[in-house]
Amino acid sequence: MSVTAEVLPAAKDFKSDTKPVWCPGCGDYSVVTSLTRAFAQLALRPENVAVVSGIGCSSRIPAYTNCYGFHGVHGRALPVATGLKVARPDLTVVAAGGDGDGYSIGGNHFLHACRRNVDLTYIVMDNHVYGMTKGQASPTTEPDWDNALAPGGTGVRPFNPLVIALASGANFVARAFSGDVVGTADIIAKAIASPGFSFVEILSPCITFRPEQRGWKESVRPAPVVHTDDPGRAARRLMTDDGFNIGVLYHGNRKSFQPPIGQPRKTLSEIEREFAL
Amino acid sequence: MAPRSKSPSSISIALSGSGGSGVMTAGDMLLEAAALAGCYGLMSRTSGPQIRGGEAAALLRLAREPIECHGDSFDILLAIDWVNTERFASEIPLDAHSLMIGDPAQGSAPAEFANLGARPLALPMKDLAKKIPHGRANMVALGYIAGLIGLPTTAIAEAIRRSLGDNGDAVTASLAAAEAGRAAAQGVECPFRLAPGGNERDKRWLITGNEAAGYGALKGGVRFVAAYPITPATEVLEWMAPALTDVGGVLVQAEDELASINMAIGASYGGTPALTATSGPGLALMIEALGLAISAEVPIVVVDVMRSGPSTGIPTKSEQSDLNIALYGPHGDSPHVVVAPNSVADCLMTTQWAVHLAETMQVPALVLSDQSFGQTRMVIDRPGDFAFTGQRKLANGDAQPYRRYALTESGISPMAIPGTAGFMHTADGLEHSERGTPSSQAKDHLTQLDKRKRKLDTADYDRHWAQVEGDGKGDVAIITWGSCTAPAREALALARADGVRAKLISMRLLSPAQPERLGALLDGVKRVLVVEQTHSGQFHRYLRAEYSLPGEVRALYRPGPLPLRPSEIHRELVEWSRP
Repeated sequence: MSVTAEVLPAAKDFKSDTKPVWCPGCGDYSVVTSLTRAFAQLALRPENVAVVSGIGCSSRIPAYTNCYGFHGVHGRALPVATGLKVARPDLTVVAAGGDGDGYSIGGNHFLHACRRNVDLTYIVMDNHVYGMTKGQASPTTEPDWDNALAPGGTGVRPFNPLVIALASGANFVARAFSGDVVGTADIIAKAIASPGFSFVEILSPCITFRPEQRGWKESVRPAPVVHTDDPGRAARRLMTDDGFNIGVLYHGNRKSFQPPIGQPRKTLSEIEREFAL
Repeated sequence: MAPRSKSPSSISIALSGSGGSGVMTAGDMLLEAAALAGCYGLMSRTSGPQIRGGEAAALLRLAREPIECHGDSFDILLAIDWVNTERFASEIPLDAHSLMIGDPAQGSAPAEFANLGARPLALPMKDLAKKIPHGRANMVALGYIAGLIGLPTTAIAEAIRRSLGDNGDAVTASLAAAEAGRAAAQGVECPFRLAPGGNERDKRWLITGNEAAGYGALKGGVRFVAAYPITPATEVLEWMAPALTDVGGVLVQAEDELASINMAIGASYGGTPALTATSGPGLALMIEALGLAISAEVPIVVVDVMRSGPSTGIPTKSEQSDLNIALYGPHGDSPHVVVAPNSVADCLMTTQWAVHLAETMQVPALVLSDQSFGQTRMVIDRPGDFAFTGQRKLANGDAQPYRRYALTESGISPMAIPGTAGFMHTADGLEHSERGTPSSQAKDHLTQLDKRKRKLDTADYDRHWAQVEGDGKGDVAIITWGSCTAPAREALALARADGVRAKLISMRLLSPAQPERLGALLDGVKRVLVVEQTHSGQFHRYLRAEYSLPGEVRALYRPGPLPLRPSEIHRELVEWSRP
């Protein structure tokens, strides 16, 4: 009897040979590395992983992985991922994109995906700017950030995605920094392993339109306390932190939303009896 | 007097009353009793603007032969009371032939009805009901109508029992009240008599268009539905919710229509045939994602149960005015399938066919149903079983490197679903190369546009693309679609008596257009009458753009909310034929 040990895919096996469109120095390159590393860490197989996105710089990420990918329309990554996961609970489904895609045009889906708590991981590469359209303010941009579309700044207070995720019912809330490849991989792996909706906000600098974000690597720090499963405590922490605490910040124990599928109880001829006289 | 569409011996009955008067229950029972007595029939519902309560009317038409639409006028109007009934005056046209039944205790008929010359009859429903413990006026009305038109007591009793089930007291009271109504009808002269048919119950169904569409979707293999409620499509989704679970599928309620169509796309990308149902405002929101499904080549079915538009329009009333957005909504050059059922029963076949076409061609298919199908309950012959079991062409084996959007002769490229080892790829709404990698190259754009069009151009639509009836040798043709088909059919039958020989072409496949097939049908035709329910003649413009119509062409079109009546079409045909 011979036993051939299965060789598990390495991080590089999850990377595709497609060259990214991203600018040199973009934080998203490191996110691909962290994501593929997390897949390998969890001993997943590429054919059982789907990466789903909408539109924007970071939403190009599916093509840079060697998994099943879906690059849809602006703002709708989460509904596509939801449909896919509910119909195919056997797959590992990761939705990914940017702050404009996820918090602005896709904001409603963000709320309801947190609420619904399907077993998905949602990664937002947040750089506080619309990069693909060359530098406009996003929901996380500071109100006084001067740009062509909003000279002098939007004057609008930024959105706090982690608080919103928590309040809406996400079961796992974390913040990561793209510059920390190993730490981010670890957070993503935990997010995928956690049942229900896992939200990972990754600070991923855009040095093309926000060169000052080079300074983020000096600002980030590990969260001073371990994560909590108490949403009240998590909310207080998230409301008062400065946006640079890195790590898992909330990990609840809500049950995933997964209606039964593939368990027929009736045949079609039994169904149609209700129409018969 | 204008000729009445008396499609062989049909009886049109309206039951009206204020909220809680039970006219809908009485109407449902009347329809079911007629069905049990071997007759055909239909019932639609109309009500005031209130969410619950308020005036309501059940509109029925019963006949020995199959009938699929309302006629020109109503033979019988029975009002349990007259509160706000005048709001229904245009929906319930009466004439001097009609009977108008009211309860003297509820006052007299409003002028909108009273001045039409209909014969008034008095039925003390309230008083008769009072004499029976727990008796209700609507059951007195039911028994009275049954007595007037000659519907057997046994059929009424069975309909009451089936409706009320185990509620013994209610059954007893209802049977007694119906009997009191029947007794009151004795000796009342009524020219409208329903000739009962044989025992055909094994062969007949009682179904709405929305239920038929839902069941057709299941038969086609749909096992995932994403739902956002909207009138008048909600019943498709509500019917499917438990039925899908029963067959091992799943329905998810989405946060909006943007989500529902994208969820369907996600599920289908995962290999599960998927559907969503909506109406005009929801369809407008779905159009961007419809384009995504076209570009990424993900099969989905969207059932649009049309209502009057634009904007919120008239949510509870039918119209065919979503044709333009269905055909031309997506931006870019975006070939997709648009099909339209031509009857309540056909909602089943056409939706099943839509799933088949979508799955086979990896393309979105839109089903244009409408409120008049969706929310009308009808007695139909059990539809045949159609062999539409569209199978996706799946990628497997070792054709490496995998090209998701490979250029093939048919335009259909083998699709790998997640879980298939070695066939990982990214499906994309960005223009792409054969491998699926984003491309802005002229060659990739052209070849991918070509292949997406080629899929539809080379597909086999068989004979289902249109339904053709009537006199094949006539030199007149009516071209219509959807819910205008049945009134056009009745108009044609009337016109035949006037010596007009015409054929009826009801188009089921609206996109892609079939100019050669229609051209062959129109060979020798000298006059074409286009019939549709829109304000701007959308179907007529579409025909002008996509087809060449021979000879003289006239278009008969008007908007909802009132259904196109057979006499309107008949008048047009006859006047046109006059020398």
